[in-house]
Amino acid sequence: MKSNDVILQTATKVVFFIIFIFSIHIFFAGHYAPGGGFVGGLLTTGALVLLLLAFDLETVQKALPFNFTIVTGIGLLLSLGTAAGSIFFNVPFFTHAFDHFDLPLFGDTSLHTAMIFDAGVYLVVVGAALTIIQTIGGDS
Amino acid sequence: MEFVLLIFLPVIASLFVPILFSKLKGIHTGWFVLLVPFFLFVYYSGFLKMTSTGGHALSKIDWIPSLGISFVSYIDGLSLLFTLLITGIGSLVVLYSIFYLDKERERLNHFYVYLLIFMSAMLGVVQSDNIISLYLFWELTSISSFLLIGYWNTRERSRLGALKSMMITVFGGLMMLGGFVLLGIMGNTFSIRELIANVSSFSDHGLFVLALVLILLGAFTKSAQFPFHIWLPDAMEAPTPVSAYLHSATMVKAGLYLVARFTPIFATSEVWVWTVTGIGLLTLFWGSFFAVKQTDLKAILAFSTISQLGLIMSLLGAASVAYHTDETIFKLAAFAAIFHLVNHAVFKGSLFMVAGIVDHETGTRDIRKLGGLMSIMPISFTIAFIGSMSMAGLPPFGGFLSKEMFLDAMLALQHFDQFNFSTLGILLPIVAWVASVFTFVYSFYFVFKTFTGRKREDDLPRTPHEAPVGMLVSPSILAVLVIAIFFIPNVVGKWLVKPAVIAIQPNLYSSPADVNVTVTAWHGFDYPALWLTVAIIAIGSVLFFTLAKWQKLYAIQPEYLSLNSFYDSLMTFSEKGTNRLSRFYMTGLIRTYLLYMFGAISVMTIATLFMKNAFVVNMNSFSEVSLYGVLTAIILLVAVAMVLLAKTRLAAIIALGAVGYSVALFFVIFKAPDLALTQLVIETVSVALFLLAFQHLPSLNSHGEKKRTKLVNAIIAGSVGIMVTLIALSAHSQKLIPSISNYYKETVATKAGGGNIVNVILVDYRGFDTLFEIAVLSIAGIAVLGMIRLRLAKKERSDEIK
Amino acid sequence: MEFIMAIVIGLLFMAAVYLILSRSLLKIILGTGLLSHGAHLLILTMGGLGGSSPPVLAEGVTDLADPLPQALILTAIVISFGVTAFILVLAYRTYAVHNTDNMNLMKGDDEHD
Repeated sequence: MKSNDVILQTATKVVFFIIFIFSIHIFFAGHYAPGGGFVGGLLTTGALVLLLLAFDLETVQKALPFNFTIVTGIGLLLSLGTAAGSIFFNVPFFTHAFDHFDLPLFGDTSLHTAMIFDAGVYLVVVGAALTIIQTIGGDS
Repeated sequence: MEFVLLIFLPVIASLFVPILFSKLKGIHTGWFVLLVPFFLFVYYSGFLKMTSTGGHALSKIDWIPSLGISFVSYIDGLSLLFTLLITGIGSLVVLYSIFYLDKERERLNHFYVYLLIFMSAMLGVVQSDNIISLYLFWELTSISSFLLIGYWNTRERSRLGALKSMMITVFGGLMMLGGFVLLGIMGNTFSIRELIANVSSFSDHGLFVLALVLILLGAFTKSAQFPFHIWLPDAMEAPTPVSAYLHSATMVKAGLYLVARFTPIFATSEVWVWTVTGIGLLTLFWGSFFAVKQTDLKAILAFSTISQLGLIMSLLGAASVAYHTDETIFKLAAFAAIFHLVNHAVFKGSLFMVAGIVDHETGTRDIRKLGGLMSIMPISFTIAFIGSMSMAGLPPFGGFLSKEMFLDAMLALQHFDQFNFSTLGILLPIVAWVASVFTFVYSFYFVFKTFTGRKREDDLPRTPHEAPVGMLVSPSILAVLVIAIFFIPNVVGKWLVKPAVIAIQPNLYSSPADVNVTVTAWHGFDYPALWLTVAIIAIGSVLFFTLAKWQKLYAIQPEYLSLNSFYDSLMTFSEKGTNRLSRFYMTGLIRTYLLYMFGAISVMTIATLFMKNAFVVNMNSFSEVSLYGVLTAIILLVAVAMVLLAKTRLAAIIALGAVGYSVALFFVIFKAPDLALTQLVIETVSVALFLLAFQHLPSLNSHGEKKRTKLVNAIIAGSVGIMVTLIALSAHSQKLIPSISNYYKETVATKAGGGNIVNVILVDYRGFDTLFEIAVLSIAGIAVLGMIRLRLAKKERSDEIK
Repeated sequence: MEFIMAIVIGLLFMAAVYLILSRSLLKIILGTGLLSHGAHLLILTMGGLGGSSPPVLAEGVTDLADPLPQALILTAIVISFGVTAFILVLAYRTYAVHNTDNMNLMKGDDEHD
């Protein structure tokens, strides 16, 4: 799929970053407002799909040289690790911990182990979706 | 230590067998395996002292405590006797197999794994006090026997023999499970000891006799009793050490063990006494009669085993008569049964090993080709002679003693005046005597046709010579035991037999010392069994010397009337029948199966809803109808209609996207921002996915579906739709239990430190679901990758195979 | 509103099952897509459509929508995406290998059971 739509490509370069940053925001907001790992991951996927449609597979692959299968694996390990980590603190599997910290620059922030778990979910969603899309797109 | 764990020792040891086999090629794996039964034999011998005074030991680990199922090792005289047989004969058999099975050519790693599994299973059968775990081990012996019979799996006869034994013994095992469950329900416990203790509380229960019959079916199939004996001759395709071990000394005796163990429970029943005695005698006769027909050495031994098992079975039947009368002779019967069981294990083990030696050294087991081996294989001949004479019941060998006791017990049965024994009882000693004559004949036939007469070396595939020393060790030990038992029967009685007898007749004795039996070889001239023996020898000798004249009579029975051909036609019939049945409804079309499923689900659900009055619509709980909601519903339905009616692929995909977006609109209306966001993005990505795959997709073609097919589809689809609507309404209208949502709402800020409840449920409350969900997503990704990228590699590989 | 939704869901399932029973591979894929939409709406409706604000804690808000069905559906949406992609690829690979999308021709014979 070689695409040469200049307007689309120019617009995409800007829109991609807007969507991507929005997806990161949505991911971090997830614990208190609508959003989270799934939505964040899907939005990032959406942004990448837009890139794929505007340019083509090879270009995107060159610009973002990730192996998305490995991204999926990292995400799975991160989630499982967060869940299993609680065992070392002598509490049942999957017990989360959170606390409020007064960080410079951010002010009063609540840090949460669930966030790490959610990051794993984010990575798996992005990784699996992109693996599927790249594979189907690359099949000729 | 909990010695119940020792039951599992052989299985655990079997894990190391493949490693030892592949790493230490120079040493025969059997040497390592030998350590296991030998150690167990020495260990369990330590219990002898305890059981000889009537004591018992118990060791237990729980398995499924809520159902009362546990692994219990209960060691009393009876189970210890069997345990020692299993480990003792097991050691000798493993030793023998080291020389029998070549370490270069045979798959020893498989062989010894199967053998060790069998050992564990068999120990479990005889030691378990819990009938459910007993059943488990029982089936495991069937399975390991199946594997061992089919050990030479490239031979068709091995495979057929394995299958036959499996079919018959597993059939019996399942019947037995039914009996066990009935017993468990009636006695309210799965423990044999407790069942024996409360037997009076349920012995008049209506299902008592059914349980009895079912359990006997299990015992009879396992112990190859008529008419289930047909699997045992075919099981002789197994390597000879296996035949010596499983199919003469141990596994086939499991049925006898079971009958002995359950005698205290069932002996009060008339059905039990008649069935056990009758089937035992019938089997005794049948086996001995047909043993003379056989021409294969191992087949002779197989029929002889069948017949000897029948003999012990009938003695156990006579032993249960002791529950009805005070005559001492029936107390003797239990002693005779156990005593003969020991004798049989010893002499039949040695005979099987000699048959294996003959096969190994001459290359054939066909008795018509054999003869005159005595001068070439003198040691083997001596062993075979000792074993056969014991089997024929001649002095000075162990078999003589138990045979006389058997004849004694059968003579006494005709005087027993309950259960119609007084009228039919006269048949019992006659059958027993005739069978003993044939036993005498086949014993002579086995040993003298093989070892004496004309040498026929030209007919033999190999030039015969005496077996290597190592192979002769095990049968020699057994042969020495055969003679030893004759001279010290009361020592064997004190340590092995009497402790086992009190388990069969616990109501008569409190300790083994009470069993008032002294075995003597000479009872004086007025002893009737002596004259029966003399007559057996006389008639038997005549029959043996005229064998060539009357052996042809066996040919009269046509093949199609045999039990084997009945079994074969039963197998073919059931295979064809089930095949036809499944072909009738398994059409191979996905649509057919989906019709079954959708149809069944909708019919059953709708019927249940109305039969149980579960269909309730509570209008008050409904929320207000909103304009936006109605509009979205209309958009959605229009989009669905477009999907249904679309003429091109592109239109259908776009319409499906429209359905997705309107679902997202619903999520907005129903206050689900997370869902709306997710649905919107997913729908976009999905449409992109469809478009990416567009070039690969087939067209929308209905492939000439007939009107009738479409109508059936529409009806099923309609019923599913109605079912879902009904479920949606009733599930919404009645809340039987309070929702856990309130708990989430209350604790989300305090316990989970979050504000977005949906997200907190996903990552915290129900984190497990999410973990598995991302695992599923990853699997889907990898599967897609596999189907597309890896297919080329796979194609090349499959070409290579061709 | 629940009444209308129940009927809409019923019609969605009806269309989905009808498509799944057809002979064309593509229709079966479309059918599974509709089926998952129907299932999501079914879960939501069974839980009740009341609640005046999203299930997010905020000052002075008490009447929250039921969060549990929403969490279940969120999981289901993502899974159905994975499953749809899987079936899509399975279908078009089948089509490529067997050169047909007619389900009636895809039943195994005695050699390929």
